[in-house]
Amino acid sequence: MLNVDEIRKDFPILSREVNGKPLVYFDNAATAQTPKQVIDTIVDYYSNYNANIHRGVHTLSQEATDLYEQARYKIQAHFNAKFSHEIIYTSGTTHGINLVANGFSSLLKKGDDIIVSALEHHSNIVPWQMLCERTGANLKVIPMNAEGELVMAEYSNLLSKNTKLVFVNHISNALGTINPIEDIIAQAHNVGAAVLIDGAQSTPHVKPDVQKLDVDFYVASAHKMCGPTGVGMLYGKEEWLKKLPPYQGGGEMIAEVTFEKTTYADLPHKFEAGTPNIAGGIAFGAAIDYMNGIGFNNIADFENELLEYATNKLLDIEGLKIYGTSKHKTAVISFNLEGIHPYDVGTILDKLGIAVRTGHHCAQPIMDYYKIPGTVRASFAFYNTKAEIDTLVAGVKKAKIMLS
Amino acid sequence: MTIEEIQNEIIDEFSMFEDWEERYQYMIDLGKDLPLIDDQYKTDSNIIKGCQSKVWVHAEMDNDKIVFTADSDAIITKGIIAILIRSFSNQHPKDIINAETDFIDQIGLKEHLSPTRANGLVSMVKQLKMYAIAYQTQLS
Repeated sequence: MLNVDEIRKDFPILSREVNGKPLVYFDNAATAQTPKQVIDTIVDYYSNYNANIHRGVHTLSQEATDLYEQARYKIQAHFNAKFSHEIIYTSGTTHGINLVANGFSSLLKKGDDIIVSALEHHSNIVPWQMLCERTGANLKVIPMNAEGELVMAEYSNLLSKNTKLVFVNHISNALGTINPIEDIIAQAHNVGAAVLIDGAQSTPHVKPDVQKLDVDFYVASAHKMCGPTGVGMLYGKEEWLKKLPPYQGGGEMIAEVTFEKTTYADLPHKFEAGTPNIAGGIAFGAAIDYMNGIGFNNIADFENELLEYATNKLLDIEGLKIYGTSKHKTAVISFNLEGIHPYDVGTILDKLGIAVRTGHHCAQPIMDYYKIPGTVRASFAFYNTKAEIDTLVAGVKKAKIMLS
Repeated sequence: MTIEEIQNEIIDEFSMFEDWEERYQYMIDLGKDLPLIDDQYKTDSNIIKGCQSKVWVHAEMDNDKIVFTADSDAIITKGIIAILIRSFSNQHPKDIINAETDFIDQIGLKEHLSPTRANGLVSMVKQLKMYAIAYQTQLS
């Protein structure tokens, strides 16, 4: 069992005020807060090790390289990848998705199918639309039901020998639904298709084992896992990463260059052109250490308790509707008050020091499904408390009175 | 009244409120009370897209003055629209072009006109001024 009072002391931002009220931070699905252990790692790096990596013979460069590569081993261990060169540093989830989409442009032909889900972040649908435009492949969509779950029977129907790639998020950002990715991966493999899983929303809550999942690609962002922004990771099976062409040209990613021909560097450097976010990568490692120190089982137990508590309390408010009611969901509650625009609710909550997300959460297709302009989304982390949920519930009640 | 006089009047009204709740409640009530735009003008071409709340603006000339009507699907946004329309509507185009919006800051609603706020209001103010520039060109 985790001790939330002790944990909160690790997060300096949690003791600040907003609009004269103690901050209640319930926008964790957008970005998680940063513990001092991670902040200290960044300060320590720039204070003691700052240098460019992989090339220098001088001590600083070698120490910085060691730290950066040690962090890659931490990420490898965390996701249980077979090799450390299967972990590619990226600038975040979106970068990882684009890297894979770009790589597939040379592998796809007219008549091939790509399958995505109706629960995707809409900015993540764009790379696949662009890919289909470039290659003549078709984009197919796994529909969702009223609970916010994927309709798996439809998925099975969409799969065929033409399916080359399936892209699904592990957990929906707008609704919190945990998708049955084991089944999705197994069915895709049966028809010979590769699978890319977006782990942006899952990695703060669960510890994915990429070998056990047998997933081909898995992407995540450090900032959702208590790390810094601007860094993330792409896991790819070695055979796939060897098959895909490099994404960007530049330093670091080449072995030999003449004007006639360039030989690309080995994995992972083939996909890591230019000077990377070195401090970010090292701090990503520190964030993984921090979260494992608390323990993902403890995190899941604690967050499920918060979710259940908040769901019951919020549903007591008359006219409040929760979107995304799957039994398999993480600590995300998307809701609306009847007849009231989510933007108005969010504005009043902000005045009360409560940070929630309002709007369509970049998941316009989901909002269209429910025929709503958006929702208010409260997303919880292991450093939130039941007392904060009480503050949220009181705030929603107040907003309802003011806005009705 | 000139735009400045109207804005000073609004500042006076808001100075009576003691805290944010009273200010917001007043704004919400303004938003509720005003049917701001004729439904025939709530078209896609009159829509200003913020990321979150939608704003519609319509302008027409009444002699040498511009009459603005507008609406939004969010009530707080609508309240601020009511305040902006009160200050800018029925005014000469050149006065609208030269008008400031500092009074929003002075009545404690600054955050709603911040360019980072995804409510469409910043674009709305820009749009009001664009209409004024267009009509001013016609007049001269």
